[in-house]
Amino acid sequence: MTSAISIDGVSKRYGALQALDSVSFSVEQGEFFALLGPNGAGKTTLISAMAGLARQDSGQIRIMGHDTIASARDARINLGVVPQELVFDPFFTVREALAFQSGYFGLRRNDAWIDELLFKLGLTEKANANMRALSGGMKRRVMVAQALVHRPPVIVLDEPTAGVDVELRQSLWDFVQELNDAGHTIILTTHYLEEAETLCSRIAMLKRGRLIALEDKDTLLSRSAKREVALKLSGELPASLAPWHARNEDGRIVLSLPTLSDLEGVLTTLRGAGLEVRELSMLETDLEHVFVSMMSGEKI
Amino acid sequence: MNGFYTLFKKEVLRFWKVAFQTVSAPVLTALMYQLIFSHVLRSHVDAYPGVSYTAFLIPGLAMMSMAQNAFANGSSSLIQSKITGNIVFILLPPLGALEFFAAYLLAAIARGLLVGLGVLVVTAWFGLPLPAQPLWVLAFAVLGCGVLGTLGIIAGIWAEKFDQLAAFQNFLIMPLTFLSGVFYSINSLPPIWFAASHANPVFYMIDGFRYGFFGQADISPWLSLGVVGTSFVALASLALGMIKSGYKLRH
Repeated sequence: MTSAISIDGVSKRYGALQALDSVSFSVEQGEFFALLGPNGAGKTTLISAMAGLARQDSGQIRIMGHDTIASARDARINLGVVPQELVFDPFFTVREALAFQSGYFGLRRNDAWIDELLFKLGLTEKANANMRALSGGMKRRVMVAQALVHRPPVIVLDEPTAGVDVELRQSLWDFVQELNDAGHTIILTTHYLEEAETLCSRIAMLKRGRLIALEDKDTLLSRSAKREVALKLSGELPASLAPWHARNEDGRIVLSLPTLSDLEGVLTTLRGAGLEVRELSMLETDLEHVFVSMMSGEKI
Repeated sequence: MNGFYTLFKKEVLRFWKVAFQTVSAPVLTALMYQLIFSHVLRSHVDAYPGVSYTAFLIPGLAMMSMAQNAFANGSSSLIQSKITGNIVFILLPPLGALEFFAAYLLAAIARGLLVGLGVLVVTAWFGLPLPAQPLWVLAFAVLGCGVLGTLGIIAGIWAEKFDQLAAFQNFLIMPLTFLSGVFYSINSLPPIWFAASHANPVFYMIDGFRYGFFGQADISPWLSLGVVGTSFVALASLALGMIKSGYKLRH
C-alpha cells in the first residue's frame, strides 16, 4: 500500500540555519503519528515542505504517492493542513470562509459536508458570524474545518491545541480520533506530550533538523526501561548505593535501577545499614521523560 | 476552473464589502478634482478644437482613478493576506499560477472599471460627449486596468511591509498617474517634459482612452494600444513568473 507520507532525504537551509538535515521517514495510511521536538527543531519547516508552503533544497516528499513538487496539485488535494499560527480572513463569515476553501479545491455544492463540519466542531451557531467576532478557540475550530473541507485522506495538525481551552482540546481530540477511526491518516505536532502519548501510535522526534527517534510509542517508552524509585529515608544514603543515585526530588532520593529486581538488593542494603524506609514510590516512565532525556542528549 | 472562479469571487466580494472605501471614495475624489479644476481653468483655451477643457478633463480623471484603484486592489489584498498570514488558505489548495494571477487580475480590473464608470457617471454633466469610438474606450479601460492591476499584484507579492507598498504606491504609481496628461494635453508641455511623458505608459492609456471619446488625441490610438498592450504582456509575464517560482510566497 502507498505510504500516506513518504519523506526521503529532505534538507532545507535558511541562511546559516540548517532547518532540516536529511530527514527520511514515512507514515503509513491510517496511522496516528506524532512529530515531536522542541521549538526550532524543524517540525513546522517539515510540515511547510509537505504542504508546498516551503520548498526543500534537496530530497523528496510524497503525499499518497504524489510528489509535492512534480505533482503538486495531486499532493495538495490529498493533504489537509491546520497551520500553527492563528490566521483568518477578517472580511468574511465562517460559512463564507468554508465555502471559499471548498471552491479553491474545485468543489461545488459542498454544503452538506460544511454543515456537518460546523456541527461536529460546535460552530453551527457561529456559521454566519464574521471571523473577527470569534474567540481564539472558535477561530482555531474554523481552521480545523478549513483543513477538512475537501475530505483529505491525510491530515496534518501543527500544534492545534496551543492556547486552546481544555474543553475544546478534548472535543477536538474526540473529533480527530473519529477521523482516524474512519481511516484518515493523522500527523500531529504538539507541546502537550500527554496528548501524543494518549493518541498516537508512532512517534518521530526531531532535534536541530535531524530525526533522532522514530518508533512505536510503546517501544520508545520501553526503551526507557530503567526503573526509578523515590525514597525517603531516616538517614543518609549508604555509599554503596551512590552509583544508582540519580537525583533528589522534593526531599526524596531518586534511585535509577537497571531492572526492577534490583530493588530487592537496595532494600537489603538499607536494612543492613539500619535505615528506615519512610516512603517508597515507583516513578512511571512517560513520554515527557523520554523526550527530555533524548533532547538533552542523554542515552536511554 | 472552479478554483479560479472562487478566488475571483472572493476578491470581488472583498472590495465590494467595503465599497464605500474602495469605490465610492475614489469616485468622490475624482468629482472634486473635476469641480475644482474646471472652475479654475474654465477660461482655459480648448484642449482640442471643439473640446472644452472641462470635457477634456473627464476621461483623464476616469482613467487615472481606474489605474490607481486597479493597482490598489491586488496590492492591498495580497499584502494584507501576507501580513496577517491568511495567504496560507490560498497557498495550500491546488491553485495553479495562472488561476492565481487571473483571479487577482480580473478582480482588479472589475474594481477599476466600476470606479471608472462611477467617475464618468458623476462627471458626465460637465459636457462629456457619448464615445465617438466605444471600442477604443473599452479596450483602453480594460487594458489600462490590466496593466495597473498586474503592477499591483507584483507590488503586493514583492512588498514585505505596508511601508514598502506605500513607497511603491506614492513614489511610482502616483507620479506615473498624475504626470500622464490627465490635467493637460502634453502638447502644451516644454520639450523635456513632453519627451518624458512619452516614457510613461499611463500617458498612452489616457491618450487612447480620450481618443475613444473625442475621436482625436495627442498621438495615434494604435501606437497607444501597442505600448499599453506590450506593457501588459511584459508585466503579466513577470507576475506569472513570480507566482510560478513561489517568489516571496513559498519559502
